[in-house]
Amino acid sequence: MKPILQAEDLTFVYSIGTPFEHKALDGVSFSINPGEFVGIIGHTGSGKSTLMQQLNGLLKPTSGRVLLDGQDIWSDKKFTREARFRVGLVFQYPEYQLFEETVYKDIAFGPTNMGLSREEIDRRVREAAGFVGLTEQQLEVSPFDLSGGQKRRVAIAGVIAMEPEVLILDEPTAGLDPIGRAEILGNIQAYRQAKNAAILMVSHSMEDVARLTDRLLVMNGSKLVMDAPPSQVFEHVRELLDMGLSIPQVTQVFLRLRELGADVKNVYTIEQAVFELLRLKEGKGHA
Amino acid sequence: MLKDITLGQYFPGTSVIHRLDPRTKLLGVILYIVALFLAKSWISYGVVLAFLILAISVSKIPPKSIVSGMKPLVVILIFTGVLNLFYSDGGVVLVKIWKLTITSEGLTRAIFMTSRILMLISGTFLLTYTTSPIALTDGLESLLGPLKKLHVPVHELSMMMCIALRFIPTLIEETDKIMNAQKARGADFENGSIIDRAKALIPVLVPLFISAFRRADELATAMECRCYQGGEGRTKMKLLRYGRNDFYAFGGLTALIAVVAVLAGFGL
Repeated sequence: MKPILQAEDLTFVYSIGTPFEHKALDGVSFSINPGEFVGIIGHTGSGKSTLMQQLNGLLKPTSGRVLLDGQDIWSDKKFTREARFRVGLVFQYPEYQLFEETVYKDIAFGPTNMGLSREEIDRRVREAAGFVGLTEQQLEVSPFDLSGGQKRRVAIAGVIAMEPEVLILDEPTAGLDPIGRAEILGNIQAYRQAKNAAILMVSHSMEDVARLTDRLLVMNGSKLVMDAPPSQVFEHVRELLDMGLSIPQVTQVFLRLRELGADVKNVYTIEQAVFELLRLKEGKGHA
Repeated sequence: MLKDITLGQYFPGTSVIHRLDPRTKLLGVILYIVALFLAKSWISYGVVLAFLILAISVSKIPPKSIVSGMKPLVVILIFTGVLNLFYSDGGVVLVKIWKLTITSEGLTRAIFMTSRILMLISGTFLLTYTTSPIALTDGLESLLGPLKKLHVPVHELSMMMCIALRFIPTLIEETDKIMNAQKARGADFENGSIIDRAKALIPVLVPLFISAFRRADELATAMECRCYQGGEGRTKMKLLRYGRNDFYAFGGLTALIAVVAVLAGFGL
């Protein structure tokens, strides 16, 4: 499959030539295919946020390239702007960016900037609102009258309404209650399945990335240190702990079980754990 | 980027100037300004400039960042320079184009006025670059202390100033974040007519105001939670105390004023 988004040897240095000079990204390369769900994990300050802003052309790499559909997003000015629409970026706590009088207008901000027709804008706003579970009535209220979780969904809908081929989210569930978290993650999945969009999600919840993603990028000290499916990443318990990261709780439990001599495989989701335990209960031997 | 604005921002360091008592630095800037305004001739300007350069080099602040802090003031500098250049009489006429004449007097005054402003600003930059906002307000509160007797709310004023200074970088960062988020939705701040660009700021200003109020509210709650009730009976962890370096600094500044005053007395 042809990758939709590629990073080639991305390097970024902040405040070059001042005492605050700081290398935030160092030779990062990877590619993302359409429809893929990729997670990014890494300790605070490992370069995740800088990486995200490189991918839709908000920050220009000091060296290296970002390719969207095979074309360098900095190759010409028009394409850089186009890249902002085709690679949707949802920042941390996106609800703090709402500004319009009504939810409808706020979601329409992106599509309007794209210069779409009124009918098309209307269709996209309603569809995006549908993806995040906002009702018709809620479209007409002020976004500031909504609850925290609903505001978050309005903000995400504002990016989804641009129908990006790659949707990048920086900790979309931070600060939400468990139900809110599950709903938002469900909304993201629904969008991916409907549009065959690639998702790139930064998360600190190992449980979430283990359950949802096809592949994990692990950032440490401005470098990309691992690029593998969650099952393989979570094998490297020691390295992850050294980076200040953790592994899913259920994986920890099963590792301990193995240490105690139980004949179990490595698991990283609840479903796998249930399967393993049932297998163990019903009779020995591998399934 | 907005982050590059350095106007009045603290530049951490450990130089002698950084370690001076903030009161010394505040009074020092005032003394320095007095010296600057006493200066009337090339020689006395040279003396003040030498003092400034010495102070900057001791502080180890890269001259580049002082220069970059001047950028917003270029218009004022040019305006002052041009105004003095054309509107001064006396001296020899150097150039005459139509009704505009440039005299030698005008040229000298233009150079004096612009360099006075430049040196004035560099001096005050040195204060804000080497003194953290908290130290600065502490110093100010201590210097204005006597006004408490006249029922001036010195503590409250200095606390307000401290908070305002403290939040400048935070709000700049916040603005940067919001701008990025709106850019990610296709907002365009660089192109279009002035009206378009002013309109493009609405999606930034509305969230910024809301967040500023939210922050103020949260800060007020946090302060109340820690039993803040104004300055009465409040003790300080870091007491201000003059050290040996402060006396040297005062000595240097007094010498500077004395030299400039004597020079002025001789008509130089």
